[in-house]
Amino acid sequence: MASVTAALRAKEPKRTFAELDVDAKRFLAKSTVTLFATMLVVGFLLPLVFMVVTSLKTEQQIASQTILPKSTTTVDVTEGEFAGEAYDLYAVPFDDGAIRSLALVTKGREASTFIDPAEPTVPIEWEGRWRTLEPALVFDPTLENFPEAWDALDFLLVLRNTGIIAGLGMAGTVMASTLVAYGLSRFRMPAKKFILSSLLATIILPGFVTLVPTYAVWLKVGWVGTWWPLIVPHFFGNAYNVFLLRQFFLGIPRDLDEAAAIDGASPLRTLITVILPQAKGAVLAVSLFHFFFSWNDFLGPLIYLAGERSKQPISVALYDFLGLYDTAIPLVQAGAMLSMAVPILVFLFLQKIFLGGIDLSGSLK
Amino acid sequence: MTIVFTGPDDREADGSTHRPLDGHGTLEKRERRWGLMFVTPWLLGLVLLFVIPLVLSLLMSFTNYELVDTDNQEVTWVGLDNWRRIFSDPDVANGLWVTMKFALMYLPISTLLPLGVAYLLTSERLWGRSLFRVLFYLPSMVPLVAAMIIWRFYLNSESGWFARLLRWVGFDPPNFLGDPAWVLPALILIGTWGIGNGIIIFIAALNGVPKELYEAARIDGANKWHLFRDVTWPMISPITFYNIIVTLVGLGQYFLVPFILNGAEGRPEGASKFYTMVFFQETFSFFQAGYGAALAWAMFIVVFALTVLLFWSAKFWVHYEFEER
Repeated sequence: MASVTAALRAKEPKRTFAELDVDAKRFLAKSTVTLFATMLVVGFLLPLVFMVVTSLKTEQQIASQTILPKSTTTVDVTEGEFAGEAYDLYAVPFDDGAIRSLALVTKGREASTFIDPAEPTVPIEWEGRWRTLEPALVFDPTLENFPEAWDALDFLLVLRNTGIIAGLGMAGTVMASTLVAYGLSRFRMPAKKFILSSLLATIILPGFVTLVPTYAVWLKVGWVGTWWPLIVPHFFGNAYNVFLLRQFFLGIPRDLDEAAAIDGASPLRTLITVILPQAKGAVLAVSLFHFFFSWNDFLGPLIYLAGERSKQPISVALYDFLGLYDTAIPLVQAGAMLSMAVPILVFLFLQKIFLGGIDLSGSLK
Repeated sequence: MTIVFTGPDDREADGSTHRPLDGHGTLEKRERRWGLMFVTPWLLGLVLLFVIPLVLSLLMSFTNYELVDTDNQEVTWVGLDNWRRIFSDPDVANGLWVTMKFALMYLPISTLLPLGVAYLLTSERLWGRSLFRVLFYLPSMVPLVAAMIIWRFYLNSESGWFARLLRWVGFDPPNFLGDPAWVLPALILIGTWGIGNGIIIFIAALNGVPKELYEAARIDGANKWHLFRDVTWPMISPITFYNIIVTLVGLGQYFLVPFILNGAEGRPEGASKFYTMVFFQETFSFFQAGYGAALAWAMFIVVFALTVLLFWSAKFWVHYEFEER
């Protein structure tokens, strides 16, 4: 290909024209690729659009099978001979192929009188049976599903529960993971390799293997039915967070903590006064990841808070809500939308943190 | 959350691979003591949350322990009964079959799809790359239960938009989640919403391929396909490898999506009853925790063996020579 175009170009007399041609080609290529990506992303996100659109419908509108929330409608006529009454709007086909939305004012067997709502003084005679006409539909979204879903979910209570579970767990995992990461980034110690591999191993270990004994222990302690099993484990740190923070700490020059050590600061003090102020971004990332984990965590609360409706976080509350309002499609879509509003907004505002990823080789700096 | 492995990392913080032990015995002791103190939370957690439960779980698998005592029997050792039962349980056979079919469909998709999208999103011919990146990652931020609520109705054969789309292009849409033949493909389709992390790490990997290599290959007369096969693919193979490991581990624990959509019994007719759901039902519905523990351990052994196998296979196709950092 390249050689063919090169040969063609060589025959062209004007150089500027050839350059223009290259620009046009590049433009065309870019447009094609961008169009393709757009189509792909639209398909990928279509379920989200479906959620938004469906949450704006009433249940009758679901039954009427239109894509957008549409309703039949009446028109109040205020002028002309038909003034003073409301008439149904129909989609009326004409011989020239046009379909107009007209109000049916006088019903007849074989012919009826319509008026255009825009010109209510001009009656239009239409030949045909009005009963065969489809009612005209107008765009008619509703917001009523949102307050209803809000109440059915007991959204404020659920938000409070999620906030407490996520907040305490966040404090735990940030504290513990920071300490462990600092230890692994700055100190020589026996079995360091073992500790690092044990972190990796816990990522690979299927959670179900430890679930039953852990559950049995919480049951013995009497904490099943409380928030503690969802909070306490995070006070031992988490492998992902330790790796993320350790990588970040490794990137902070050692001169700074050595200077602090010479000034007589203990390692713990050095961590708090020297390292942490420089690692704010990483700590924020860890906090956010935990927030998302907690907001999303479903199996933990499902098992440990079974039957405790007033203690449930959003994930389980939404699941129960789905079970209860299975057939009220717009309502559950509104509930889904409520439950994702906070995470999606946080993501859109702080997307860099999420799209950066955690690089174990140290590129997160 | 994304983690990128680009190779073994056993270097010390100052960049040297090994700091020789100096003569300062007490200083070194002090350093060790502080270090161990800092990692104490993890060591405690490792023992309390992983080692002890793992051992307990293994012990439990040799007993008739019940989560809630249903028959007033003493907990006794039953030897290998639970383990033998695994091999004769038709539910387990079905669960393994479902899991395997799903894994065989999902593994290639979970690698090629994010790679393809990442390739597209790093193309210089694409306008608005960062916007596309955000949009492709967006579904990964949708909370799980909310995503299931969306998909369940999106795939509805009457009012769902996917069915509309199919009808529009001339297909007769099946009842995806309720048809034994279609439930796994439907779960695969839903699984595409989880490729966000894969896309991100593949983008990082593609951006990490040195431009000089492409230049050099081009000078040697390589075409696009050659460039991909001989430059890009080997260069990103560590990431591909990592992605496969993560997917495999995830597949071993794949549970919530079919559970939320089709219940622990894996409707319809057990067509979406994955191995994990057999474990869950035995443990939390029938309270057979001893048998459940054996099921969980068996799964652990299989996933572990597959991981080891993958790591072994890595030396044949994962390219670790190029390690700059």
